[in-house]
Amino acid sequence: MTLEKPLSIELRLPSKLGFEKIAMQTAASYATLLGLGLDRVEDLKTAVAEACINAIEHGNHGDEKIIVGVILSMDHERLEVKVLDHGSGIQHAVLPPDIDKKILGEEDPRGMGMFLIQALVDEVEWVSNPPEGSYARLVIYLDREKH
Amino acid sequence: MQTETSVKVEQLKTAAEAAVAIIRFHGDITSTSKAVILDAYRALPAGTDKLIFDFTKVDYLNSSGIAILIQLLMEAHKTAQAVHSFGLSAHFQKVFAMVGITKYTHLYPDQAAALTAFS
Repeated sequence: MTLEKPLSIELRLPSKLGFEKIAMQTAASYATLLGLGLDRVEDLKTAVAEACINAIEHGNHGDEKIIVGVILSMDHERLEVKVLDHGSGIQHAVLPPDIDKKILGEEDPRGMGMFLIQALVDEVEWVSNPPEGSYARLVIYLDREKH
Repeated sequence: MQTETSVKVEQLKTAAEAAVAIIRFHGDITSTSKAVILDAYRALPAGTDKLIFDFTKVDYLNSSGIAILIQLLMEAHKTAQAVHSFGLSAHFQKVFAMVGITKYTHLYPDQAAALTAFS
């Protein structure tokens, strides 16, 4: 699909677990339409789902009345997804999980979402902008070899 | 919005007649799946030392679901159970490798391979 000007799609989701699947499927349809390969579409789906889960659980504390915003946009080089919430943002570094510690009960078995996002997309940033809220910005290059 | 998780447990035998329990997951594996998955695991017959996870019918798996699988692997590790898995998409095979789960469960392309590997 060739676009003459940037196209964006916006979603407004309630902060309820499960609704991340709407963002995930929308991102997958959008990326497929733009010609992204299946493996990268799968990467994007997981990254978008995890960013939405973070926004629902940690940003908006599961308050269904508060909206998680998802904005998908693209230019000729990249597909970008912004996931917005009303929280104070990420206050800690993203560390890879230590599976041995998890198996031994020395590390919480949860807490892998941000690591997965970082590992699966080409660029990611978490921006804190209180009191307006915070967002995660995920980027996937349409042609990875150019970067 | 989420597809409920269901779990079916079956008993198989290897070619050498060793007992193997297989846990077949269906639907989504997310934070809401914890009770059904852990209950099914904890109801396995005492003495089960070979276990297979079947992901063939899993529709959606997220990091909270992976955390529940890690809890299963924690319990399996405590009792020296060997765990094999099959039925994961190429994407989730990659994700399992990224988070290190493949150190505690070997991934196989299908049930026959997972079962044969116990022989």
